[in-house]
Amino acid sequence: MTIANPNDFNEPLQPSGWLRYFSFSLDHKVIGIQYLVCGFIFYLIGGALAGVIRVELASPISDFVSRDTYNEVLTLHGTIMIFLWIVPVVNGGFGNYLIPFYVGARDMAFPRLNAVAFWMIPPAGMLLISSYFLAGAAAQSGWTAYPPLSLTTPAAGQVVWILSVLLLGGSSIFGAINFIATVLKLRRPGLKLMQLPMYCWAMLGTSILAVLSTPVLAGTLILLSFDIIAHTGFFNPTLGGNVVVYQHLFWFYSHPAVYIMVLPAFGLVSEILPVHARKPLFGYVTMVYSIMAIVFLGLIVWAHHMFTSGTPPWMRLFFTIATSFIAVPTGIKFFNWLATLWGGRIAINSAMLFACAFILNFVFGGITGVALAQVPFDIHVHDTYFVVGHFHYIVYGGTVFVIFSSLYHWYPKFTGRLLNEDLGRLHFLLTFIGFNLCFLPQHWLGLNGMPRRVAEYDPAFTTLNQISSVGALLMAISTLPLLINVVVTAFKGEIAGDNPWNALTPEWLTSSPPPVENWPGEAPLVKEPYGYGHTEPALAQEATP
Amino acid sequence: MRRAAGLALATIALIATGIWIGFNVNLLPVVASANAPVYDDLFKLLFSIGIILFVGITIVLVYSLFKFRRRVGDQGDGLAIEGNLPLEIVWTAIPAVVVLFIGIYSYDIYERMGGMTSFHDHSAMLAGASDNASGIGAELASNIEVKAHPEIANTEQGKRYWAGIASMDDPDNKTLPVDVTAMQFAFIFHYPEGNITSGELHVSAGQPVQLRMEARDVIHAFWVPQFRLKQDIIPGQPTLLSFTPTKPGTYPIVCAELCGPYHGGMRTNVVVHDPDSFQTWLDQNRQPAISA
Repeated sequence: MTIANPNDFNEPLQPSGWLRYFSFSLDHKVIGIQYLVCGFIFYLIGGALAGVIRVELASPISDFVSRDTYNEVLTLHGTIMIFLWIVPVVNGGFGNYLIPFYVGARDMAFPRLNAVAFWMIPPAGMLLISSYFLAGAAAQSGWTAYPPLSLTTPAAGQVVWILSVLLLGGSSIFGAINFIATVLKLRRPGLKLMQLPMYCWAMLGTSILAVLSTPVLAGTLILLSFDIIAHTGFFNPTLGGNVVVYQHLFWFYSHPAVYIMVLPAFGLVSEILPVHARKPLFGYVTMVYSIMAIVFLGLIVWAHHMFTSGTPPWMRLFFTIATSFIAVPTGIKFFNWLATLWGGRIAINSAMLFACAFILNFVFGGITGVALAQVPFDIHVHDTYFVVGHFHYIVYGGTVFVIFSSLYHWYPKFTGRLLNEDLGRLHFLLTFIGFNLCFLPQHWLGLNGMPRRVAEYDPAFTTLNQISSVGALLMAISTLPLLINVVVTAFKGEIAGDNPWNALTPEWLTSSPPPVENWPGEAPLVKEPYGYGHTEPALAQEATP
Repeated sequence: MRRAAGLALATIALIATGIWIGFNVNLLPVVASANAPVYDDLFKLLFSIGIILFVGITIVLVYSLFKFRRRVGDQGDGLAIEGNLPLEIVWTAIPAVVVLFIGIYSYDIYERMGGMTSFHDHSAMLAGASDNASGIGAELASNIEVKAHPEIANTEQGKRYWAGIASMDDPDNKTLPVDVTAMQFAFIFHYPEGNITSGELHVSAGQPVQLRMEARDVIHAFWVPQFRLKQDIIPGQPTLLSFTPTKPGTYPIVCAELCGPYHGGMRTNVVVHDPDSFQTWLDQNRQPAISA
């Protein structure tokens, strides 16, 4: 346990008050908040870039930004949203804040590595964005950076992009190692693995994926940078290289990356639903096995991104079947969540609205996902707006909705104050309507002939694109009530008390916000984090140390 | 008992509605190739299943939120139900069966579309070589036979083609071969028969077409939404794509792989003629053959 105590080595250096959020703090809660705030700033930047895309697509001709700029914008949008917003926030942000509480520890296993992992992110993000201003041109080959396009677009921007993604991937690996060590080795004595809150299992699974697959991306991008800088020929067909091999290596990471983005969200939802429905999480054991099944299957489905590349028929079929079967463990999780709600006493608040909307959005995205897994279906819609619609239902309708839900749920823990419910519901309504208006029509556009990553399109598609752009505008407006809420509440919000939701998971069994080492005395032993319905007296017992 | 009957009735109504919507609401463009209707069969099935699952789950969710909402002043908990093994087995089995069914059905569709068919090249029987290429597994063919069109085959001796979708069947071997070159930001179509070079693809309704596609610079993709077909055009790895157009008309050919700043403008048309007017077009544009 000594290794988990930040005060053992440099307490005198830790600033207090708001300054600690700008310091090399070793406190897992400070680092968690740093990830969340940093991620949210990048979300606003990535959102502004999405705004540029939707303004450009409000008319069928390329008339808003230059074509080069458009490709830079779509590349930066994808890269920022994945590597600087979703991955760091659902893993590093909530993971750092919650996991030590959940395992009954005073900090993460490696606090210094933790701080290093966070502090790699702001410079990497600034490096990426600065390439637009300093290097003359940012990367223009999409977040996938397929060669030979990535070898022929302006080299400086592409190399900076690679460097930035390598830093962010490194940060992700450091974080993942830390989570695995913390969950497996830092559990409070007496706490068994099968008693952990579900988010721990989600983070364990996610971290295994990150450790196994991120190094493959790193290696691939290093080879790509050699091709650009030293004119090697790994992926350059004119020098005997093979462009399809790059795609295999890239998707060997980047499909698991989807699960690195959604599995933590599954974990967070599993914490939020039981609290507000006042019911135990349904089917704990099957949930755990489902997560591990998704981790395993997630590693063997990558080539479904390449059904129209040069892949042989047997390989197409293998990846169709493997991909389809991910629907089974995922389906179990969704049915279990519905069963968790069934018969509960459901509080319909902002956290719950976002969590339930997540279920609907993700089911929709999952259904289009099973369709896309079928080779013959995919051959028509691959690389079209159908796919753009599909994955935004997964990563925005899925993960980002869960991030918002989590914010309403844990904000009282972070600050001791409750976010305003009215502003929260307004935020939900604008986000939900805007999101569906933006991404639902894109499915039809893709089916009928609009490819993705274009600045101009067939004028027949104008109306639906304009509807989509109006939806994007609503999504932009929806961040205002959130921002106002978060900032005003921090100073003037209703005092929450230590446990406003009467939750049973361990992070609520201490003050809000919690003290530096999480509990004044010994960490409580919570063997039934979802013991609603029969442990009301136990709650009072646990809460008073 | 009455509740169970009501539930069963509601489920049947949901399934019937889903199937009706799936098979009657058309979200797809015009059908203009022989495999487009096959594709649409799969689409209708997936659309029906999708509607049933999505609407069903939405109803359950919204009903739960309404029925089990917390009343004002209620501080109690719900029932302490932590799981139900038979129920969990049921909802593991349902998606497993659905997914298995979809997988088998889409395999059938893929076969009917020609995805598992060996290639019948106009100049060579590429199929035969596929058995020998098992070590690499990727190529359907390695060498092109020299018999039918020596002028093409000689220059392309030993070139490996990667399979896309093959033509369904071509008993008369009257496939129209077209060589496609993709570059930033245009497609160029070359007809070996008649030595015609064109910026638009002209084909004849009912006659199978085989595209042999090569990219000059970066990856492009050949997509005709009305044919429901797409194949990447990959530098260094020529690809094949076969189809049979069925409905005369003009349809867009769209590049579907990000290929640079003018990617959105990389479009042209495929003109599907009826057989007579196609012959006229061929005759009008025929160039003297260059001797090999």
